[in-house]
Amino acid sequence: MRTTGKIIKYEIRDIARSKFVLFYFVFFLLLTEGLLRFGGGSTKTLISLSNVVLLVIPLMAIIFGAMYLYHSREFTELLLTQPVNRHQLFRGLYLGLAVPLALSYGAGLGLPFLLHGFNAEGDVALLLVMIGSGIFLTFIFTAIAFWISVTYNERVKGLGFSIVLWLFFAVIYDGLVLLVVAWFADYPLEKAVIGFTILNPLDLARILLLLQMDASALMGYTGAVFQRFFGSFWGISIATVALVGWTAIPFWLGLRRFAQKDF
Amino acid sequence: MISIRELHKSFGPLQVLTGVSLAIESGKITAILGPNGSGKTTLIKSILGLVKPDRGVIQIGEQVLNGDCRYREDIGYMPQIGHYPENLSLNDVMTMLQDLRGGKHPTDTQLLEKFRLGKEMDKALGTLSGGTRQKVSAVLAMLFNPKILILDEPTSGLDPVASSIFKDALIEERAAGKTIILTSHIMSEVEELADAVVFLLDGKIRFHGSPTEILQNTSESNLERGIARMMQEAVHP
Repeated sequence: MRTTGKIIKYEIRDIARSKFVLFYFVFFLLLTEGLLRFGGGSTKTLISLSNVVLLVIPLMAIIFGAMYLYHSREFTELLLTQPVNRHQLFRGLYLGLAVPLALSYGAGLGLPFLLHGFNAEGDVALLLVMIGSGIFLTFIFTAIAFWISVTYNERVKGLGFSIVLWLFFAVIYDGLVLLVVAWFADYPLEKAVIGFTILNPLDLARILLLLQMDASALMGYTGAVFQRFFGSFWGISIATVALVGWTAIPFWLGLRRFAQKDF
Repeated sequence: MISIRELHKSFGPLQVLTGVSLAIESGKITAILGPNGSGKTTLIKSILGLVKPDRGVIQIGEQVLNGDCRYREDIGYMPQIGHYPENLSLNDVMTMLQDLRGGKHPTDTQLLEKFRLGKEMDKALGTLSGGTRQKVSAVLAMLFNPKILILDEPTSGLDPVASSIFKDALIEERAAGKTIILTSHIMSEVEELADAVVFLLDGKIRFHGSPTEILQNTSESNLERGIARMMQEAVHP
């Protein structure tokens, strides 16, 4: 674990030099500040933010994650000739990227709210859920990106696949679910739809937010089914467990691959 | 002693090592020779754990390689082409490697001084020339005074001055009892340094012995011609 800690330290130093994380922080800071200042009220701001969060975080995490691992191939090779265990190294590389991304997102979103305050009671909880699910998405899509770039040696292939995967989860998947629902409209599809939701981390994060917002009109088909089927408490619990699985499985696949890889 | 038994490795359909068995003696310089693509680098990287063999056993001293990384504390590696983090300086890398080893290893910076790298210490590694980067690789390989040195074409990018400095350093290391494994295409260098020669072809060891044995076997006057004769005979028997 100590080695992992040291690798995280050196990677954070390297990332800090690349300025990307700073840009990421400033982006969320300005966006939140702008919405709070000109959008009127914390509730509206949070609803507007939710859409941005659900699209931008997975995109940034998956692209920057893949790029970073390709970029730090030299660093990886150097460390592998040293008495460093591959599992420790992979954990260090992963946390050294995911933690700064998650922190700059959380801080970028949180700071303006601390300055401006909230104008409805439920907004504090909503903000916390939003930061929490954004952090989940950061860890999930960084893990997926690492898995992809450990699997494909070619940078272009890896980056291309990352973008396609993001597009699939963010846009195509919902379309496919709607298509299935429309096709089999005569059958009871509730359980199948819940299954579809669990298979997409973006849908899970969206449902966590919507269950918290209590805005059933915005919930869409999957959200409505989820709430009716589980109620709020079980809905949130199941979605959270599924998100943990979505973090652990790609990470484990990447780790296994990394441990066997030839350099 | 490093002993390797029945080592197999293929990359997809390409069989690179097909049953290599080899005992490398301690305290000597062993040169691994062979044409391009004969599996020299793969063999070296297998000892380092950078490449995972399909089958076979590698044993360093008493330690059988099994995924435990601690044996690498005793190995210094100089790659053919050193890839280093571009934004870090040699100073940064040295501090980092020391820190990763828990700071308990004393460092040996003699080579650094001999190469006069002092003024390059704080430059980003990405800005250094190929030859200077090769010197950096050499310095890093010897930094922790390892018992085993593994050098992949160590002098290929060095100028004659640096190359001689480095060869002298290797001879000193051997006198200090270090085990040195190197690959090279420069036969005069092998003749000058190596106590033992391993000739690798198509993933198999075709010859293992002293340089003088090659000369006797092939009745050639120098090592370059002897090796060339061996290569030709192996390809067209």
